[in-house]
Amino acid sequence: MPLGCCKYEDGAESCHTTQCCLQFIKVLFTFSSGDTDTLSVIMSVLEVKFIGDGDALEHIVDKQEDVQISSGSVQKMVTFKSPAGRRAKEDAEHDGDENGVLNEQNYVHALGTDNAEEDEEGMYRVAGSSIFTFQKAKRGHSMAQTASELARTPGKSVSFSTTPNIEPSTPTRTGRNHRGGSRTPQRSKKVQFVSTTPHRLRKRMTTPSMRSDSDSELSPSDSEEEGEEDEDVMEEETKVKKEDKENLKTLRTPSEGSSAALYKTPAKKSKTTSEALNQPSMVEEYFEAHGNSKVLTSDRTLERLHTPKLDRETLVQLLGGKPSCCSKEIQQLNGKHRKHFSKWMLQLQLGFSVLVYGLGSKKSLLEDFRVSHLAQEINLVVNGFFPSITLKSILNALTCEVLEHQGSFRTPSDQIRYIAQTLKESPDLHVYLLIHNIDGSMLRGDKTQSALGQLASLPNLHMVASLDHINAPMVWDQFKQSQFNWLWWECVTYLHYSEETSYENSLLVQQTGTLALSSLTHVLRSLTPNARGIFQLLVKFQLENKDNPSYTGLSFQDFYQRCREAFLVNSDLTLRTQLTEFRDHKLIRTRKGADGVEYLVVAVDAGTLMDFLENEEAD
Amino acid sequence: MSTSSVSKGCFVFKPSAKKKKKTTLTLEDHFMRGCEDAENSEIRFRLCHDLWDKIKTDTEALQDELNRNILDSLLDFTRKCSSTRRHSDWASQMRASEIPTAALVLGVNVPDHDMTFQSLSDLLQQSVTPHVASVQAKECGALKHLMKRVLERLMDTVVDDEEEEEAEQTRAQLNTSVHCSLSTLCAWYNTNTKKSDTGTPGKKRSSAVRDDPLQPPVVIIFKDLEAFNPKVLQDFILICSRYIERLPLMFIFGIATSPSTIQHMLPHSVTSLLCIELFQSLSCTQHLATVIDKLILAPQFPFKLNGKVLQVLISIFLYHDFSVRNFIKGIQLALLEHFHSQPLSVLCCKKKAALLNVMQLGHQDLERVRQLQSFKRYAEKQEAQEQVHLLTDDPHLKEVCQKLIKDLRKYHKNYYPTLRCLHTLTSSLPRYPLGKQIRELHLICLEKNIWENEDYQSAMKLLKMLAKDQLIALLQRCEETLQSVKSKKMKSARVQLGDTLARFKQLDTGAAESPPSVEDSITSPVKNLQKKTDLFQLQKTLLEMNESRRSKKLSPFEVLRNEALQFIDGLVKSHLSPPESQTLNEVCYYTSSATVRRHLNATPRTSIQAALNSPIYYLQNERLKTEDGVISNAAPDICIVYKLHLECGRLINLYDWLEAYATVVSAAEGNEPDSDDFGKVDDVKHARFIRAVSELEFLGFIKSTKQKTDHVARLSWGGC
Repeated sequence: MPLGCCKYEDGAESCHTTQCCLQFIKVLFTFSSGDTDTLSVIMSVLEVKFIGDGDALEHIVDKQEDVQISSGSVQKMVTFKSPAGRRAKEDAEHDGDENGVLNEQNYVHALGTDNAEEDEEGMYRVAGSSIFTFQKAKRGHSMAQTASELARTPGKSVSFSTTPNIEPSTPTRTGRNHRGGSRTPQRSKKVQFVSTTPHRLRKRMTTPSMRSDSDSELSPSDSEEEGEEDEDVMEEETKVKKEDKENLKTLRTPSEGSSAALYKTPAKKSKTTSEALNQPSMVEEYFEAHGNSKVLTSDRTLERLHTPKLDRETLVQLLGGKPSCCSKEIQQLNGKHRKHFSKWMLQLQLGFSVLVYGLGSKKSLLEDFRVSHLAQEINLVVNGFFPSITLKSILNALTCEVLEHQGSFRTPSDQIRYIAQTLKESPDLHVYLLIHNIDGSMLRGDKTQSALGQLASLPNLHMVASLDHINAPMVWDQFKQSQFNWLWWECVTYLHYSEETSYENSLLVQQTGTLALSSLTHVLRSLTPNARGIFQLLVKFQLENKDNPSYTGLSFQDFYQRCREAFLVNSDLTLRTQLTEFRDHKLIRTRKGADGVEYLVVAVDAGTLMDFLENEEAD
Repeated sequence: MSTSSVSKGCFVFKPSAKKKKKTTLTLEDHFMRGCEDAENSEIRFRLCHDLWDKIKTDTEALQDELNRNILDSLLDFTRKCSSTRRHSDWASQMRASEIPTAALVLGVNVPDHDMTFQSLSDLLQQSVTPHVASVQAKECGALKHLMKRVLERLMDTVVDDEEEEEAEQTRAQLNTSVHCSLSTLCAWYNTNTKKSDTGTPGKKRSSAVRDDPLQPPVVIIFKDLEAFNPKVLQDFILICSRYIERLPLMFIFGIATSPSTIQHMLPHSVTSLLCIELFQSLSCTQHLATVIDKLILAPQFPFKLNGKVLQVLISIFLYHDFSVRNFIKGIQLALLEHFHSQPLSVLCCKKKAALLNVMQLGHQDLERVRQLQSFKRYAEKQEAQEQVHLLTDDPHLKEVCQKLIKDLRKYHKNYYPTLRCLHTLTSSLPRYPLGKQIRELHLICLEKNIWENEDYQSAMKLLKMLAKDQLIALLQRCEETLQSVKSKKMKSARVQLGDTLARFKQLDTGAAESPPSVEDSITSPVKNLQKKTDLFQLQKTLLEMNESRRSKKLSPFEVLRNEALQFIDGLVKSHLSPPESQTLNEVCYYTSSATVRRHLNATPRTSIQAALNSPIYYLQNERLKTEDGVISNAAPDICIVYKLHLECGRLINLYDWLEAYATVVSAAEGNEPDSDDFGKVDDVKHARFIRAVSELEFLGFIKSTKQKTDHVARLSWGGC
């Protein structure tokens, strides 16, 4: 469905979504008549030839899409009405509010996001509608397929068209249409065909005899893992390719018996028809995607790799050796950003705050700025991505180190007031505040942001910040934004977020547990021998049960019994005090069982516990 | 000292004392350093600075003026409240037990409220009472905090005059004292007023009847009522009402939405303690209209915005925040950018200075003048001899430039009055073909020749249908708008308009005998129609009627009306041509709307997704070139991983993802697709994949999930 007409930037997205939907429905309606025409025409042709329903539907799908793609221009005419007519309509609708409830088209035009805009740097602007869409149903193998496609085009130098936005792209099926529309019709047909066919069918087409109907690889997220044979990806890729070719063949010779025979099973057929009919409608696709909570993904896990998990050190080591691609271009890009530094200084001194955004780590860029332009100024660098950064530490750094104030404050607001007062009294004192990742997880809170906003609004405190999370601008409301007085600078650097991501516990990195081990020993050393014994008891019990999958922990009563037997405690009160201490140091966790009994677990993995016991014994 | 650490997030850098002695760079230095052309950057900086100062003071004055009405009425209200206490009749006694409250409806443009409150509290302190405290919701989470803030602010304002130490002491006392209550405030208030008038010491009792004039009310301003915790507010009001007899309290509620919020937040039992009066502030669109009127549609400001930039700023206002403050910020940015990037902006100043600056232009600047689009167009129109002169003779060019600058000024002098005239004529037409607001008309005029616009033609048609008294009223208003203009052409236009108006009036007196004939010609065919006819006849008569009407002689009024409109049309055609048609318009007009939009209304998510999707736009590398919509496999890892994740549903299997990634990367490395190693996951690829995935997680595209082993959840949908 060509919806190229409702492009807007994400800033306006919130207030226009409903309008967009309405428009979309309107568009749908205008086309339904045309579609049925084509439909009926095709139907009549097919009836003459006596071809199976499934096949006919396949054709309708293709035809429909062709129609829709070609009718993009028509669509434009529908929405781009003459301004006079539009205004007249508006006046009829809204009883002449002076705010000029302009059409969203107008809005888009105004903000210059349409392609008529003179974009000096030839920047690529993606339409907001293609970024903010609903979830759509995805089929199993599309990732592998894309991978194979990407692998097939190894840096081909094809003449590149620089008209990025005129493509009428739909919000729902952007990716496909985008790709399909720009290619030769035949190829596009193929891609679309592949995407519409359910995975099972394709599977059956390629390996008709060997496999049964049970989906060996795909299972809903809650199902048990099936033992999947070592089917190589390579094999799969070639299969997909083969598949493509076959599909192409079937397309060209639609009346061939073989393809019709594939759709024999009635159950499968009904599925195809429904899916094929669903396709054009965004609404139905939405419900299709959201209807079933189960997600079909393969059950394979990382266990199958030779090196299932890498720890942080080896990771750093592995990545260190290799220079990243396009390093020269990246350097050029950064050089370009550096040219703006003195402009930043100018804007900072005029009371604006500078906010840099864009893909890639901007830490080194800001660091360069600091070194080159702020060397003679008082400045404070805040790492917003630092996991234990707090507002208090920022404010303390300001008051204690910058303003050299001894003494403490009761509340952050007192502290801010003190800072404001001091800076007001000495107008020659300029403080520069550099915040890497002002959207960092610890700074996202409303209170922190409003405090930072208050700081930024001080006339001789200048703020430079960077921003990375895609939804980051949501942390500010209008009021805060005006306090910050941001000027946004796009600085795409393509540098790796090596430092920013080094703190978070990445999904794939093996937690070595050295930290946990050392903290364990440290805490235990400060305890009494009895307490140590209690803890060791728990650890040993847990290690004994480490292979038991249904082990939930040691119940308190049980534990007490054991401790008594080992002459470690004499009353359950003593044990409880001891446990509280453990809990305060986060050594153990308690969990209420189904029967209401407390179960105790040491929250450290087995390997570390083994090391711990060995260490203890060595002592 | 490095700024990366595993134990610390804040790093302070202070220049050493030695270095500090070195002169730090001023604003001017920064301006000059980043400038396009250093020669005249000093002058440009001066101009820019002066202009901005002027804009700032002007807007502030404007704001004050606009707020004056409402502030005056508020002041009256406070005075009245403090005076009612002195009356002794029953009604005012009853009144006296209620807390006078002003509900000030300010509108949703929250960023602008601060200015209003600031001037309000300043005015109150000047003219009514020294005791003004304003509180914000976010500093008053609980009753205790609210009470503390109120007390602090009220008492501080007075203590400030005394010695610092004492002030410190009182503050310390306040902090330590448990009884942070209103009775403390009462005591303080009593001693304070006693101090101020020592003449009547004995009468400060709890009676409402007083005869001393020095009972200034204690005003508490709640800046954002909606954000307050209703419970806290209720308690506070209840407590205050207990003290109203001893303490002349008064509230001002700042409301952003609608007055009914008070009813929503406070129960009847509480609102009955208040005596609420509603005040409506000026709407933000009116405010904007005035600002545009004073800043944009004023010939005395040499700096102008072109249509697109203005459209961007107005759209940000209308669609995002309704904040006049941000609109002015946009103008400031445009001003800065213009003077920063356009070397010829040195001519963008007052007439005398501009003429002087023309004479000081260097050769390089004159070359720049020759490069200007508008100047090229101008030169082409000249004769060959003159063209050569213009291109080679610097002194001659300077003279021409002076003339052109003068012309540009004249153009502006005529443009704005004509615009206002046209606006007065068209702003009341049905359906507003040229917009209700003058800014809309201005935008149309900036874009292209307005008389070629469809809407303009329909507006003219509508004007031709106006009745006489309406038309005369409009023309009279036009004449009034032209009255204050000094330009020669406008003066003659006014005289002509006055003539036409006089003739209209003559028409009234001397047009007694002409109407009957007109009526005859119209009514006779109508009469014919009333007979019984068939369809054919009807058609025929109608056609005839049409014919006769067309050929019909115009009445004197119609002739005059057409003449008047002709005149207006001529005025429009000669003065409302778009600025692009003027030579040297680049000097005054800032054109880069993209820059303004990017800095004010940025779209970080779009940028990130565009960068992930098509790295070629940022990194001009041959290897990245691909067909549309596909990404090259030589692209940065994060782009490939992102592209692959687009193909997934709500959950992504990490293993599959890794395999797919490995396939793509090995193709990029040039491995043969048939070799055994193809698509194998080695350690380096694994590590790179991990890095890319954790970067995507950092950007917020995915997050870890426990729903299934080795799966991550996808968080965003869409993206091409």
